[in-house]
Amino acid sequence: MVNVKNISKVFGGIQPIWLFVIAITVFFSFMSEYFLTTGNFMNILVQTSTIGLIALGMTYVMINGNIDLSVGAILALSAALAVDLQSYGLPVALFAAISAGILLGALNGLIVWKTGVNSFIVTLGAMIGIRGLVFIYTKEQSFYASDFAFSDFGISTIASIPTLGVIFLVCCLIMHLVLTKTGHGRNTFAVGGNREAAADAGIRVGRHMLINFMIVGFFAALAGITLATQMGAATPNLGRDYELWTITAVVLGGTKLAGGFGSITGTLGGVLAIGILRNGMNLMQVPAFYVLVILGAILIAVLIIDQKVNRKSGQEVNV
Amino acid sequence: MTAPATNNNQRSVDASIKPVLRLEGITKRFPGVVALNNVSFDVRAGEVHALLGENGAGKSTLMKCLAGKHQAEEGSIVLEGQKVSFSDPMEAKQHGIVLIHQELSLVSDLTVAENIFLGSLPLKWPNRVDWKKLRSDTDKILSRLQCTFRADDLVGDLSIAKKQMVEIARALVFTPKIVVFDEPTASLTDHEKPVLFNVINSLREHGVGIVYISHRMDEIFALSQRITVLRDGEYNGTVDTAQTNEDEVTKLMIGRSLELDHSSKPTEFKENVLEVRNLSVEGVFKDISFNVRNGEIVGMYGLVGAGRSEIAETIFGLRRPSAGEILLEGESVTVKSPHDAVARGIALVPESRKEQGLVLGLNCRDNITLSTLGSVSSLGVMSPKKELEIYEKYQRELKIKTPGWAQKVGNLSGGNQQKIVIGKWLTTHPKLLILDEPTRGIDVGSKAEIHALIKDLAKSGYAVLVISSEMPEVLGVSNRVIAMYSGQITAEFNADTVTEDELVQAITGQHKPASGTPLHAAGV
Ligand SMILES: Nc1ncnc2c1ncn2[C@@H]1O[C@H](COP(=O)(O)OP(=O)(O)OP(=O)(O)O)[C@@H](O)[C@H]1O
Ligand SMILES: [Mg+2]
Repeated sequence: MVNVKNISKVFGGIQPIWLFVIAITVFFSFMSEYFLTTGNFMNILVQTSTIGLIALGMTYVMINGNIDLSVGAILALSAALAVDLQSYGLPVALFAAISAGILLGALNGLIVWKTGVNSFIVTLGAMIGIRGLVFIYTKEQSFYASDFAFSDFGISTIASIPTLGVIFLVCCLIMHLVLTKTGHGRNTFAVGGNREAAADAGIRVGRHMLINFMIVGFFAALAGITLATQMGAATPNLGRDYELWTITAVVLGGTKLAGGFGSITGTLGGVLAIGILRNGMNLMQVPAFYVLVILGAILIAVLIIDQKVNRKSGQEVNV
Repeated sequence: MTAPATNNNQRSVDASIKPVLRLEGITKRFPGVVALNNVSFDVRAGEVHALLGENGAGKSTLMKCLAGKHQAEEGSIVLEGQKVSFSDPMEAKQHGIVLIHQELSLVSDLTVAENIFLGSLPLKWPNRVDWKKLRSDTDKILSRLQCTFRADDLVGDLSIAKKQMVEIARALVFTPKIVVFDEPTASLTDHEKPVLFNVINSLREHGVGIVYISHRMDEIFALSQRITVLRDGEYNGTVDTAQTNEDEVTKLMIGRSLELDHSSKPTEFKENVLEVRNLSVEGVFKDISFNVRNGEIVGMYGLVGAGRSEIAETIFGLRRPSAGEILLEGESVTVKSPHDAVARGIALVPESRKEQGLVLGLNCRDNITLSTLGSVSSLGVMSPKKELEIYEKYQRELKIKTPGWAQKVGNLSGGNQQKIVIGKWLTTHPKLLILDEPTRGIDVGSKAEIHALIKDLAKSGYAVLVISSEMPEVLGVSNRVIAMYSGQITAEFNADTVTEDELVQAITGQHKPASGTPLHAAGV
């Protein structure tokens, strides 16, 4: 019995997704000489930071037992605001962009809380509606950054690490600490694991859900800004499908779709896995559509393995 | 005191002792049911006040109204002389009212410590969980409850009895004014109960007012100072425990004396339906051999964790045996899955109805016909008429109390939920019926009905295996009793001749296995 426990602890210690990340890193190192270079890794970090930032917030929402499909649309709206309002000064533009994200997140959260309608439906509606707002606001035009500081930021570095990458990693750390160390973080798990039990125990279920929707709104807006700094522009179609990639990354990272279980470290692994796969296959010159087929297949395969592993440890019986 | 006091003057004999808590004229309706009608109830500091009533009488509902989970439509709550009202469980908790739920209300992906402190995690500035305090506080509580599991264990990995202890541990998180225990012993065995009773008594000595809900008369008489009885959602009297007896209380509860279960045990056994030979599951149970014949009731008695449920699960195809064989009607079989088991005529009424037996979101009718959809449908289309017929038959036979077939099972009282599970399995017309704790949480009246039902089923030819932690139950219904201790069969007895001492010794491992002659071999 002791042995079985120890083994499962060792496996529990290293999340399966990180084993996967290591495996594909080794694989691509052999397949392409450009892969294992610092420059390429910085590339991957910047490329994944957009989805990565949203995924941080999405992890909270999903552990909480909800889902947010409107993040891609929020990203587009915030990017448009951040670029378009630069004529009023960069601080105003950024403030407006972030506020829009938090407010829309709050709106999603409030509707889910007060009406009890499933978050899938609520945010599906929000996704469509907000995307419509983006088109109304931009009149189907792209905006270009007028403030050079804005686009320079996107390619700047701190101690030769891209600033966007640093921002993402710092956010990871903060979100990890909040999730594991704070009352809000732990209650997020409790609500997702058993909403009724949490409510019975006196946890203010609705408030925690609202806060988490605001968090994901914030991160979608932040991702919109960082993406716009990279492109020096905002297009109305920005962030399409991002909700799907985000959810994919979070689920790859081991967060339960049903809620109650998950981690930021897992999500980081999930985001990196997708980033590395895309980058590596790109270097190997795999045609883009094949990349999608492979990514889809890998998602399903990883989840099947994950479920097998989880089942085994779940079958352990105490006598 | 002969007649139960029903008017107010008589009831407040001890008017000198002021109650800490008074519920006055509480009325609560659910769609189609008046769950509570003008019910009053009070609790004094330092007393155990038992709340009694049949399944569905409204006990849990009354306590949920108190604890902020439901809001009463009429009536008021007076706590320490002040009128209060709680809009959610948090507010009730802040006023010192703790409800230990009847149905486990735990988060399986969290640790024991986090579950015990659910909703009241110790925090440091700004919002950090104080893990050190959490762990040390939890350890203190766990040692007080003599629990063997640890603060960091995942609740999902614990057995039901241990989960129940986690639930109970919540009462000790801070010093409350009122603690309500809603059937806390339903999944505990005689082993863990004394620990709980000690805790209750020490809370009481500290001046906490305790409400104790249970269907077990012995517990109620051992623990309580007063007893209040609800009947069909109405207040039906309060009596001092010292001045009453079981019969009187039962009469208050069901309006008549309890008809003793006079139906006789089955006597005619034919050939083996089930025979188990040297069955083992690594690390769970070992070398299990027994048989159950047509028309026979075999009881399986032991402490929780002795491996009884696991044996049932193995026979039912939920676990793979690591050694040994299972014979059905003389033929060696491998039961691959529950589906396979049902097809072979095995039915298992599991011990935890909420987690294993019911789809809480479905209505009563659909739950009852769940296992037998094949027989109520033709070409894959279900016949609502046939479904309803089946539902009505079992609703009548088992006396299931519900406003109608369309009621969601999740809204039924605990006891009625259990009846639905039993009904569901009877619809599959099994040859072998395995009942794991069949009367857990069921009131005395329905319990007698279910016991009679089990005997009737056996007499009509079913082979029945009853797993129970209640000695009167195993002795009362079964022909033979198999005693288990720590994953092994320690002895087998004739239920009509065995003494309580012998049984207790056998399930605590003090029995000399030499004297445990297999009775079936001796032709008893
Ligand atoms: N949420 C709900 N919705 C609808 N009806 C309900 C709900 N909760 C309880 N009821 C009904 O209210 C009545 C009282 O139920 P309650 O659970 O209080 O009974 P109880 O006395 O606790 O029974 P038991 O001994 O079986 O636990 C029952 O008829 C039940 O079906
Ligand atoms: Mg109840």
